[in-house]
Amino acid sequence: MNILNILDEIEKVDGEIYERISPRRKAMQDFFQVGKKISLAALPLALGSLFNKAYGQTTPSTVNDVLNFALTLEYLEYHFYNHALVATPNLVPAGAPNGAITTIRNHEKAHVDLLKGALGANARTELVYDNFDFTAGGTFGTVYSDYVTFLKVATAFEDTGVRAYKGQAPALKGNAVLTTALQIHSVEARHASHLRQMLAANGATGLKPWISLGAGGVSNDTGIAAVDPVYARENNTVQANIEITAINGTAVTRAAAAESFDEFLTKAEVVTIANLFLKPGFKL
Amino acid sequence: MTSNNLFIQIKTCIMENLNVNKSSSANEADVFPGKLQRRAFLQYAGASAAALALTTAGCKKDRSPILSFGATLDFKDDFGVLNYAYALEQLEAAFYTQVAANPPANFTTAQRNYFQDVQYHEIAHREFFKKALGTAAIGSLEVDFSSINFSDGASVLAAAKTFEDLGVAAYNGAGVRLKTDAYLVIAGQIVSVEARHAAWVRDQISNGSFSDLNDLTALGANVAGGLDGALTPDKVLNAASKFIKTKINVINL
Repeated sequence: MNILNILDEIEKVDGEIYERISPRRKAMQDFFQVGKKISLAALPLALGSLFNKAYGQTTPSTVNDVLNFALTLEYLEYHFYNHALVATPNLVPAGAPNGAITTIRNHEKAHVDLLKGALGANARTELVYDNFDFTAGGTFGTVYSDYVTFLKVATAFEDTGVRAYKGQAPALKGNAVLTTALQIHSVEARHASHLRQMLAANGATGLKPWISLGAGGVSNDTGIAAVDPVYARENNTVQANIEITAINGTAVTRAAAAESFDEFLTKAEVVTIANLFLKPGFKL
Repeated sequence: MTSNNLFIQIKTCIMENLNVNKSSSANEADVFPGKLQRRAFLQYAGASAAALALTTAGCKKDRSPILSFGATLDFKDDFGVLNYAYALEQLEAAFYTQVAANPPANFTTAQRNYFQDVQYHEIAHREFFKKALGTAAIGSLEVDFSSINFSDGASVLAAAKTFEDLGVAAYNGAGVRLKTDAYLVIAGQIVSVEARHAAWVRDQISNGSFSDLNDLTALGANVAGGLDGALTPDKVLNAASKFIKTKINVINL
């Protein structure tokens, strides 16, 4: 930014700026005191443009709506893992894999209980295992008989959860509930990171703990076409109108740029994904 | 202080300019007959708009000395929160840059590759905040990694775990302070990547500890609720202080 532009901006909030900086008046101290007034005026365009960025969350949701939406997703995740551990005990190998899935299941149960408790009488109708179809109408027909398919769906669920919470954050802005939601959100991200490593150890060679660019730069880095909607826009490299690739002359590659920021999903996008796994009569 | 940094910088630039051009100004009294106006100031400075192509970037060399005064995070508005994030990202980026440049001998190829990945993620975050904040950004922090043994894999992993878990708790705790939707979403977009890092680093130390909430209670995690850490900025900065030489002043928290 040219210093004259800065001075022009200062002049808008302090018409005497040029007088203040006159060396005749020993005015440099005044100059410093002006500082507070111009912090907003001197902001670069990049920040201003943030205000104009549309995030697709055009319909403001009430806090309860958001929490019930989150509760639905937590029911989905909890029943998915719980069924695997309880009903198909040989699906997830004993030892570290079973330990990890158990840890994740327990967190999802804790999230369900927490959200239910927070919502009280406003909580949505409870969802039970039978309300779900984790084969997604046969797309993942072997989800409870083939460990790798199970891991694929699990990874997709966690990556979806991370993106879903992110998209709902503005509806909770400034509310103490936001902190709780963020605390759930980052736990889901930890789950996703670990599940991706589990998937990488079971055939998905090179799949990273963080969402990277897919082959040829596509948004889905898992190579599982059926979960494309989960990874929509994850190849984005522009944040708040700022191109992250090679930002400020750094060696940040396009892949690193895509990896370094997770993307959000709109509520409508999440509903579409969740409905694939909900039986008729229970769809959102 | 954010803006004061800017002003010190501007002042320095102006002073340089004035000093350079002072001799060309024949008579101060003639130049400043009354209230000093823009035109007069420019005349005094001996420059037209075109000639005074003095950019803040051109004054970059003046930044280091400025930082000896410290950096101030003013939490009165979103820019304080963004600068807080910028400070933490500077710290992380500096750490991973040092690791990636000279990884511990016992790191596996996968670990070297992923530490390099993380390095670029943190650089991307740091540079994003720098660019987004522009003139409102605090300066570059001076780090102190004397407590880390960079040739020892275990020491590096332990430090990485500290940085990532702390980073997650920092973003989780600061989110509620943000008043602008767009910033809130951006913060969310970053924190989940930090959480992915944290989980991976933890698994390198002990497989399965990716989300060990019992180990995160000091950072505000709630085991019964399945909740990750969340800390207020003062606590985060206190925990990070041993890694930062630059004095950080916090106001309006």
